[in-house]
Amino acid sequence: MSLMAEMGQRAMDLGVPLSVHIDITYRCNERCVHCYLDHDDHGEMTTAEIKKLLGELAEAGVFLLTLSGGEIMVRKDFFEILEYARELMFVVKLKTNAILIGPREADRIREIGVDGIQVSIYSHRPEIHDAVTKVPGSLKRSLDAIRILKSTGLNVSISNVLMKDSAQDYQGVRALAAEMGVHSALDPMITPMMDGDRSPLQLNVSATALKEVFRDPAFAADIKEMGDSPTEMDYVPCSAGHSACYVSPYGDLYPCVSFPLPSGNVRKQRFIDIWNHSEQLNEVRSIRIKDLPNCSACGNVSTCSRCPGLAYMEGNMRGPSTQDCEKSYARTGIESVNLHNKKAAAASGLVQIRGLGGNSTLVNIKSSTLMAEIASA
Amino acid sequence: MSPLYIARSKSVAARMVGGEMMIMSARDSTLFDLNDTASAIWRAADGATPLHEIVKRVLCAEFDVAPEAALQDTEEFVKELAGHGILLVSEEPISREAK
Repeated sequence: MSLMAEMGQRAMDLGVPLSVHIDITYRCNERCVHCYLDHDDHGEMTTAEIKKLLGELAEAGVFLLTLSGGEIMVRKDFFEILEYARELMFVVKLKTNAILIGPREADRIREIGVDGIQVSIYSHRPEIHDAVTKVPGSLKRSLDAIRILKSTGLNVSISNVLMKDSAQDYQGVRALAAEMGVHSALDPMITPMMDGDRSPLQLNVSATALKEVFRDPAFAADIKEMGDSPTEMDYVPCSAGHSACYVSPYGDLYPCVSFPLPSGNVRKQRFIDIWNHSEQLNEVRSIRIKDLPNCSACGNVSTCSRCPGLAYMEGNMRGPSTQDCEKSYARTGIESVNLHNKKAAAASGLVQIRGLGGNSTLVNIKSSTLMAEIASA
Repeated sequence: MSPLYIARSKSVAARMVGGEMMIMSARDSTLFDLNDTASAIWRAADGATPLHEIVKRVLCAEFDVAPEAALQDTEEFVKELAGHGILLVSEEPISREAK
């Protein structure tokens, strides 16, 4: 186990908030079609409020800090925030579209010192990338910035979000990254809007395309990263709420950026008090894989990257995340229990209720006629 | 022989995580896990106190160890950390600006 993994496990075991992601703004200079945020400013934390929060995070033992948005560079106080974070000795990662980064900004970031900068690229073709961001010329500007950042010695990586209309370009993005000497990682997760609107999910890559990507030998490492979950049933599903959490520009604290369960507000309470006493975080912490009704019995449980946040947005934080079931299916070719049940219900027009006898018996109730029948699974 | 001075580099990240001092080098993102003694030396590295004084205060006060042997071990340790850009080592006091 690497030292980083050991540190992560120790933090999980002790309940230390090792890693915090802060969106310092939801404002953005791009309008990406899949974005889950409302870009209007509804009262962002001030510079002083963010600095106060950073102090509380350092005191609580937070080591890994991600600053993201929105677009971080649209905040005029971005460098003041970054400098303060580094004075407090956080490991800082930045997520940005980078289109406002030129040589001066890159030098300043290098001088302050960050561990990494992640830039989202959707395609190597301008007409596709720019159609996603709705900003003409944005691909060129992002790529120019990546080259500038890279030339200063900074650790830059590309996040390639897979979507229906751009998934076929993943190899082109990979080649582009190689040419620039930066790492590229696939991100197949499109999430619903923070307000629960699930319309962005229509942009999800098709099952066929996902299968093709996941079975491409060139991506074996990425696929392992996405599906390398623990198999033991006493394990917790992920670090959200256990050693990591997310804070919005308005001070709302959630278990993760993809898990919008309101758990407190750092404008009203000290961070450590929310971390230690939030009922919502404690509920998240109580979940074990063995407690998940569908997933604990699923054949894919050992390799599934089930996201509890996506499950929550689907209606039940202890339930399955259909998006992850689809990813598991694309990887393994084996349907999850959840997908199997959904497909069977759709095919038969039956509503299925799992019987008390465990996995072997299903009580199927035909919704239209209220006729009941017993079937073996 | 001139005394050595050590100062914490301001380009690293550091935090006590679960009772252990974790330090990440900004140069290569290498992560280090310092034990209690090394952690105490790191915290005492203010750029103004000579290393032999730190050793006397941090090590010799707590452990039954001869000052010369402790200083020799500590010099090796601080040079290794200096190699990763985590500590600055100088034969002159290190000013705050230089860190």
